[in-house]
Amino acid sequence: MKNHSNQLLTFVLGAMAAIVLVLSSCGKANQGTTSGGTLGGNAAQKTYVAPGSLDEFYLFTSGGFSGQIGVYGLPSGRLFKQIPVFSVDAEKSYGFNEETKPMLQTSHGFIPWDDSHHPALSQTNGETDGRWIFINGNNTPRLARIDLTTFETAEILEIPNSGGNHSSPYLTMNTEYVVAGTRFSVPIPQKDVAISSYAENFKGALSFIKVDPKTGRMNVEFQVLMPGLNFDLASSGKGPSHGWTFFTSYNSEMKNSLLEVNASQNDKDFVAAINWKKAEEYLKAGKAKDFPANYYHNVYSDETHSATSTQLKSVKVLIPSECPGLVYLLPTPKSPHGVDVDPTGEYIVCSGKLSADITAHSFTKMLKAADNKEFDGDIGGVPILKFESVLGGVVKEPGLGPLHTEFDAKGNAYTSFFISSEIVKWKVGTWEVIDRQPTYYSIGHLCVPGGNSMKPEGKYVVALNKITKDRYLPTGPELTQSAQLYSIDGDKMELLLDFPTIGEPHYAQAISASRVIPKQKQFFRLSENKHKYVTPTEKDAKVVREGNVVHVYMTTIRSHFMPDNIEGVKVGDKVYFHVTNLEQDFDVPHGFAVMGATNAELLIMPGQTETLLWEPKKEGVYPMYCTDFCSALHQEMQGYVRVSATGAGTALKWWLGDEKPVQ
Amino acid sequence: MKSFPKILFFVAAALLLTLFIFPMWQITLIAPQYPKGVTMYIWINKITGSEEGTLQNINILNHYVGMKYIEPDAIPELKYFPIVVIAMSVLGMALAFTGRWKWWMGWLVLGIIGCGLGLYDFYLWEYDYGHNLSPTAPIKIPGMAYQPPLIGNKLLLNFLAKSWPYIGGWFIGGTFILSGVAIWLQKRNTYTS
Repeated sequence: MKNHSNQLLTFVLGAMAAIVLVLSSCGKANQGTTSGGTLGGNAAQKTYVAPGSLDEFYLFTSGGFSGQIGVYGLPSGRLFKQIPVFSVDAEKSYGFNEETKPMLQTSHGFIPWDDSHHPALSQTNGETDGRWIFINGNNTPRLARIDLTTFETAEILEIPNSGGNHSSPYLTMNTEYVVAGTRFSVPIPQKDVAISSYAENFKGALSFIKVDPKTGRMNVEFQVLMPGLNFDLASSGKGPSHGWTFFTSYNSEMKNSLLEVNASQNDKDFVAAINWKKAEEYLKAGKAKDFPANYYHNVYSDETHSATSTQLKSVKVLIPSECPGLVYLLPTPKSPHGVDVDPTGEYIVCSGKLSADITAHSFTKMLKAADNKEFDGDIGGVPILKFESVLGGVVKEPGLGPLHTEFDAKGNAYTSFFISSEIVKWKVGTWEVIDRQPTYYSIGHLCVPGGNSMKPEGKYVVALNKITKDRYLPTGPELTQSAQLYSIDGDKMELLLDFPTIGEPHYAQAISASRVIPKQKQFFRLSENKHKYVTPTEKDAKVVREGNVVHVYMTTIRSHFMPDNIEGVKVGDKVYFHVTNLEQDFDVPHGFAVMGATNAELLIMPGQTETLLWEPKKEGVYPMYCTDFCSALHQEMQGYVRVSATGAGTALKWWLGDEKPVQ
Repeated sequence: MKSFPKILFFVAAALLLTLFIFPMWQITLIAPQYPKGVTMYIWINKITGSEEGTLQNINILNHYVGMKYIEPDAIPELKYFPIVVIAMSVLGMALAFTGRWKWWMGWLVLGIIGCGLGLYDFYLWEYDYGHNLSPTAPIKIPGMAYQPPLIGNKLLLNFLAKSWPYIGGWFIGGTFILSGVAIWLQKRNTYTS
């Protein structure tokens, strides 16, 4: 009996031990979750940037539906700036002052908003160089270039024949081109047709936008007119694959309604491989057709401190069926979303978002298959290569819903999984999974500094999440968006930090701060200001009437406006305040606001001129003041504009200090 | 070897011309919100700053306490001092060939007097800027003057003002030392021969 009870006790204890072991190993799978205790002080030390110290990296996050770009520091996750790109920003007067209004001009008129998804840092020799960052506007197809000397939008180009600019900018390794693939296929040129005629009438344009290596100026060099697929994302080749750009596509079913079902039927969709060096040859050979188009090109100048819009009316188009070798289609399982070429340029890593696997095509095998014409039919004259002939490797069942892949410098890849909400680290070439860490929650893109270039900087991976639920203090129905920072120095990824972002962060890019800091502009030289309405010194300040238009040539310097008293403005006038900031020092902007202005304030950088349009509706005396705390006497930086009735005899005069006689 | 003092004296006189290559004095203002400091360089013929806008920025700071604008065009010394320096240098180089140590001595004494007068003039300008304040200044602190030190450091409200000779100034010191040594050697040569 005693023996039996001992045996029973041993059995029970053994079973309990086994349960404990199982439970604890389950716990391991969830390591680094919500319990701050297990993260400990180590993570805090790794993200702590002491007061007065600088972050090691800049992180540029897409602002998503805010239309902006967020500028953060890593590893601290501190927010430095919101760069207005496709959306107006009253704070900076972007899209409100006369100088930047042309930036948001399109063939549809002035558009104050867009949805910005994918920032792309300019590269030289496959390495980020810190000159510019490009970003796409998804809704009204556009592409923007931001100058990283000023952190301001320098250029916006509308993309013709496009129905949503999603697979963009994904530039080439020397920034020869930024690309713009259409998400929606549309009739090209646009026309009034039945939507159900999709398969017959709809086409997808893949645009190659050439970037001037000195000025950064963009122009649509050519478009490739593809069959009516939906292009999703892109990645340009590097090293051996330089000269090619790869676009994922879905809806090879070519349906136009209930796509969640109808575009998910085919086992495989396609990656379109475009040989843009071949395209250049066809272009030279005169193979391109001039298609009528209507699109805007808006450029901002740091000399005139103003933007100009140019309307363009035609675009060069290459038809794949007439240009053999220009495009090949690579069958890829289950609605591929992300496509990412690894740093060696050999593997084209594709994430079928409904697949459990990650598929990597081999560039070498692709070239061989194309040479040997190992085709599996065609679509609209574009040859489809045999899947088996181009397949380079498969990461077997790493998770559910793979989306995007970034790389480090040690031959590892990091893939985001939306459905299983995790990052999976795997080895390029051996295709073995090394580590996985959960994300909170539902990761979309991810970012390793330089992680899409030939020379990844590594150190961190940033998860860009779609949902935050309970991760932050609640703020009503709309919760903050978020990013998460993981260390990738060791074999295991380690969650270090959660930080909120503004607007949905789609993709982000990061770069060593040391590549950006030396290029910073501190202020604009007043002597180089070529604004049409510049007031170079206080002596040049004046008020000029031309009919019912009044131009106020005004200056700001600590701590007064010149002039700060103006009389002789009438109801019905259009008053343009052209305000020049005479300061020539770092970090001394002045603001300008006038009561009843229906647009915004001005925020004028040292040496800059900006213009606010003011249309007073009633007579009276209106205050104006400086909005940016500039000095100890900032509060005194104020003045008045007297507005008289239409047709009143009030003389036009202005002064500062002592009232001076009329003109 | 006999000509060594002559060469030395010639070099000493020539060193004066470095005043056209380097500033002779610097005044630096340091405050927390100016982490790199604001430095004004005083040359024999101009006033410059550590950055392009330095002079304007100093003037903006100064106007709060009612100091006059520093306008190099309004300072006549910047026009005639260069002539004095060139004349002294040329005279010195010419005297070097004579080998007469007494004349050299005279030149050195003249130089020291000139230098002293220059410093006194500098002090007067500093005094004027620091004391001659606008009665309508936004910030008025009874009994407070804003004269930077002639040489040394001094706290002026929230700014630490540092005033020290700069490269050109050190070269003038070199001129005096080298010419003194040349005189001493030449005198010894004269009496031993």
